[in-house]
Amino acid sequence: MLKKYIEDKRKEKEILLMTHIVIGYPGFEESFNIIKEMVEAGVDLMELQIPFSEPIADGPVILHANQVSLKNGATVEKCLEFAVKVVKSFHIPFLFMSYYNIFFKYGVERFTGKMKECGVKGAIVPDLPLEEGKEYLDAMASWNLAPIFIFSPSTKEERMRKIAAHAQGFIYCVARKGVTGLDTDFSSQLEAYLGKCREVAGLPIALGFGVKEKQDVDFLKNKADIAIIGTQTIRIMDNEGISAVGDFIRGLR
Amino acid sequence: MSKQGYYGDFGGMYIPEILTTTIEELISEFYKAKEDPSFWKEYTDLMSDYSCRPTPLTFAGNLTRHFGGAKIYIKREDLNHTGAHKANNVIGQGLLVKRMGKTRVIAETGAGQHGVATATMAAKFGFECTIYMGEVDVHRQRPNVFWMERLGAKVVPVREGSRILKDAINEALRDWVSNMDTTHYVLGTACGPHPFPEMVSWFQSIIGKEAREQILNIEGKLPSRIYACVGGGSNAMGIFSGFFDDPVDLVGVEAGGLGLDTGHHASRLKSDDASPGVAQGYKTYFLQDSDGQMKETHSVAAGLDYIGVSPILANLKETGRVRFEAATDREVVETLSLTIRKEGLIPALESTHGFVQAFKEAPELPPEDSIIINQSGRGDKDIFTIADAFNDPAWQEFIKTKAEEYNA
Repeated sequence: MLKKYIEDKRKEKEILLMTHIVIGYPGFEESFNIIKEMVEAGVDLMELQIPFSEPIADGPVILHANQVSLKNGATVEKCLEFAVKVVKSFHIPFLFMSYYNIFFKYGVERFTGKMKECGVKGAIVPDLPLEEGKEYLDAMASWNLAPIFIFSPSTKEERMRKIAAHAQGFIYCVARKGVTGLDTDFSSQLEAYLGKCREVAGLPIALGFGVKEKQDVDFLKNKADIAIIGTQTIRIMDNEGISAVGDFIRGLR
Repeated sequence: MSKQGYYGDFGGMYIPEILTTTIEELISEFYKAKEDPSFWKEYTDLMSDYSCRPTPLTFAGNLTRHFGGAKIYIKREDLNHTGAHKANNVIGQGLLVKRMGKTRVIAETGAGQHGVATATMAAKFGFECTIYMGEVDVHRQRPNVFWMERLGAKVVPVREGSRILKDAINEALRDWVSNMDTTHYVLGTACGPHPFPEMVSWFQSIIGKEAREQILNIEGKLPSRIYACVGGGSNAMGIFSGFFDDPVDLVGVEAGGLGLDTGHHASRLKSDDASPGVAQGYKTYFLQDSDGQMKETHSVAAGLDYIGVSPILANLKETGRVRFEAATDREVVETLSLTIRKEGLIPALESTHGFVQAFKEAPELPPEDSIIINQSGRGDKDIFTIADAFNDPAWQEFIKTKAEEYNA
């Protein structure tokens, strides 16, 4: 179980790192090599984003990666094949991240079955709030997969409790308003928000959006279980190449 | 788990968590206004004072004689301030923004009509305003960009995706998730997450309320059919909603582009190319591939060039209450030419789609019947596109001379 894995790992490490890639960006071979770099650098879990043409929660960097991947011919089928290969090659938990239409068009039941077959442990679906998620939740539960839900700074406590009651694995706490890849103010306000998330979640908590350097990860120690680095590794790969990603990850903790 | 904002299987609220509180506030404010009779009065008073409402229902005598069938009436939404039905929605949402105490509005625009309407409303109410517009549409509808900027709005050309309306909606949503404390997203059509489909349709229902009263006054009986173009679907919802409970055929006309069999169109409900999906906050028929990736759409009319359609209309297709047809770019240009010559009316390219289907069917109907076409907007904004379609040599000469003046 994902929750137990996180709790066990936390006994060894002050904070865990979760990274994110867009499958097929800039190509499938590169995606595989980036994962290899990341895993060797000690990443504890990873999000594999299946590209979607309308990624409304993503900022310019990840949006661009989605578009390039699709333009280069990424399909859902190819992404699933890729996940099979990745899960076999690396021994950390992998999650799918995508928008709900990818699940919906494939058939939610069929897609989650495929996830199980691939060995992926759970999923993050940023445009699927709890209220619309019954079919998804039932399907995920039937395969014993973890539906990761999101808390935001504007989520009221009552709603947090409702979400937490259906979430598995961990809670993805969004650090601020806005889309992925913009700056976050690592402040006492963020600390208070994480405190509230921790109190309500009853699950490990992860903090994402704007985490991009060691200082940010240090700030999160003792406040969150997992630091999520999304956009920054894509930026580093774009600017300095795949081999720079490993050094960057090693420098974070 | 509630099923708020559903129409049959369509609609819903597929939104990022960060927006839920904002949308809940909007829903609450909208229902408060909807249940408050003084709000609707404030709205209609403002629309008559500022936007020429009620708009006339014009009898098109020459076209009626030309086709020799049913009497053709035209609902003149083109006579709204800013030239389209978009004003109805925008002024309504503007009043809600005031009630919510927000100070900034954002909007997407395709043809630019909704952008101009929003910028106008923002100028009148004193809001800060940003408009997102696909780069392709910025080129297609440059005069509207000029007016938005004159009205004080910031126009952001969207260079992502296919650089048209859907991409402008994505960018507006990205802005909204960043700035929702101060900002309201004035969605321009009856699409997107709940409450937008219901809210936009409610403001647009002013069209149908007026049209029903007007036709009964003139003809003493209901029309047999009503025609409206369908992009997102707000003008169609507006006029149709006045007649849902009546024995009146409702016909929505989509963009057939180069022809439904070419794949280059924007027909979600008439063609077999679309399928149910979830994007941009709601569930409806989308033009998408088997993976769920959205396809490129095509129409001569920027305002109809969109992948999705109002979830309310998607449901009305399933129930059979509304019939859907498509008009090709070529038919639209021919019909526009005929309408200009016969009646001296200049419908927008978008609106002309409704005329195409009406003209196909009018001759089949007896002369004692009447039909209404919703002229949702005026066509002078399309001068560049229409001049190209007519291949007007004098216009081309003028543009060249004008360009040389700037180069001098």
